[in-house]
Amino acid sequence: MNWSWFPEYFPLLLQGMWLTIQLLALSMVFGLIIAVPVGLVQITGPRWLGAIARGYCTVMRGTPLLVQLWLLYFGLGSVFASYPEIRQSVFWPILREGYFYAVLAFSLNEGGYAGEIMRGAFLSVPRGELESARAFGMSPWQVLRRIWLPRAFRNVLPTLAGETVLMLKATPLAATVTVLDIFGVILRVRQNTYLTYEPLLLAAALYMVLTLIVTQMFSRIEGQVPSRR
Amino acid sequence: MENAATKVIVDRTVAVQVTDLHKKFGELEVLKGVSLTAREGSVVSMIGASGSGKSTFLRCINFLEMPTQGEIEVTGEKVSLARHKDGDLHPSDRRQLERIRTRLGMVFQSFNLWQHMTVLQNVIEAPVHVLGVPKAEAIDRAEKLLHKVGLFDKRDQYPAFLSGGQQQRAAIARALCMEPKVMLFDEPTSALDPELVGEVLKVIRDLADEGRTMILVTHEMKFARSVSSHVIYLYKGVIEEQGPPAQVFGSPASDRCRQFVSGSH
Repeated sequence: MNWSWFPEYFPLLLQGMWLTIQLLALSMVFGLIIAVPVGLVQITGPRWLGAIARGYCTVMRGTPLLVQLWLLYFGLGSVFASYPEIRQSVFWPILREGYFYAVLAFSLNEGGYAGEIMRGAFLSVPRGELESARAFGMSPWQVLRRIWLPRAFRNVLPTLAGETVLMLKATPLAATVTVLDIFGVILRVRQNTYLTYEPLLLAAALYMVLTLIVTQMFSRIEGQVPSRR
Repeated sequence: MENAATKVIVDRTVAVQVTDLHKKFGELEVLKGVSLTAREGSVVSMIGASGSGKSTFLRCINFLEMPTQGEIEVTGEKVSLARHKDGDLHPSDRRQLERIRTRLGMVFQSFNLWQHMTVLQNVIEAPVHVLGVPKAEAIDRAEKLLHKVGLFDKRDQYPAFLSGGQQQRAAIARALCMEPKVMLFDEPTSALDPELVGEVLKVIRDLADEGRTMILVTHEMKFARSVSSHVIYLYKGVIEEQGPPAQVFGSPASDRCRQFVSGSH
């Protein structure tokens, strides 16, 4: 085993870890922001809107994440690059980065998966609890914000924990669009040192640690509201 | 608070007035023109076999169910209705509906407490977020009510850890905390184990003794007889018999009513 490269790459690895955490956090947050309306309109929205949401979930869940990412980065990215107005805009420093397309692709993908989860979550809240909220004069928006959404979220927290772990392990795809996340750094180590096992084993260990942190965080949140049955 | 556009007929003595209420579920007409007047301080009980429409009637009063025909007036304010494409009448002014609902304290058969909140949070939720009562004041009010229903020591518990009787008493406290003009009880003891029925009925009886206006749908005949000022016997969506409890239970004119009240306890 040859670990002599480790001290040299240690600062880069720390940065990579931070990037991975960022990718994961942003994708989950944006993904859930997409997922809530996607799940909700399938239950209460007009039929055509529900159909669009359902179609969105089907496409996102039915196509490989790598293909989605590359379509956005190489496809949309090159379309953007061909417009001088965009190239000269203040957004270009963001729009030219692989990081942007990684967050975009992961969020859209997570929106599809979590949208399906949220649909079930909304359905899992007993009708009677929504009725009692309405009976006390809550507006539809208050019912959603105070009762329906928090109840739905708690019902699917364990599922969302699993979803977050899966997303974490999908983030290495970002390395294919030049992002120097954990896996991006590991690839660079491999290129520069011609080593195979050591960097990959380290990558495995780092993702394992992050997984444990994520599951710990979720079980702490779950523990806040005791439930029975 | 009153909407200037809504016609307000002031009649202080009538708390709830339902006129000629019809309700169809598809082709099935479960209510065929039922009227009810609940004056302030009165307890109106609705009895009848399952499927007679009494729960549906109660749920129409606060529009958890939309009537097909009829008029509803709460504390003198008529709910403005418009024909919806599903064939039923829906409230046409959402704000008026929400305002009127705050005057009607509903207690459900299956309690319907919010499971993600403690008992105290359940009780203060609507006063704080719907009525805008300051939180400290709502907590104060809630704790008094929890004392009254005997649940003060359970205020920080989650509903899932309470018995059915305790949950229903919490639900009653939750409804009372809105300081409603009228309490609506939808078979409040039907989902309870027999030994827990008494504790809930006791709370309801105390409210009646205080002079609260209540509309009560129930299967508890003895209780209805002793607590009500007016009893309505519903049969297949029509009022078959109504009057003071002594009349409906003691000497009903209708044979069906006589059979029902003598056979059901």
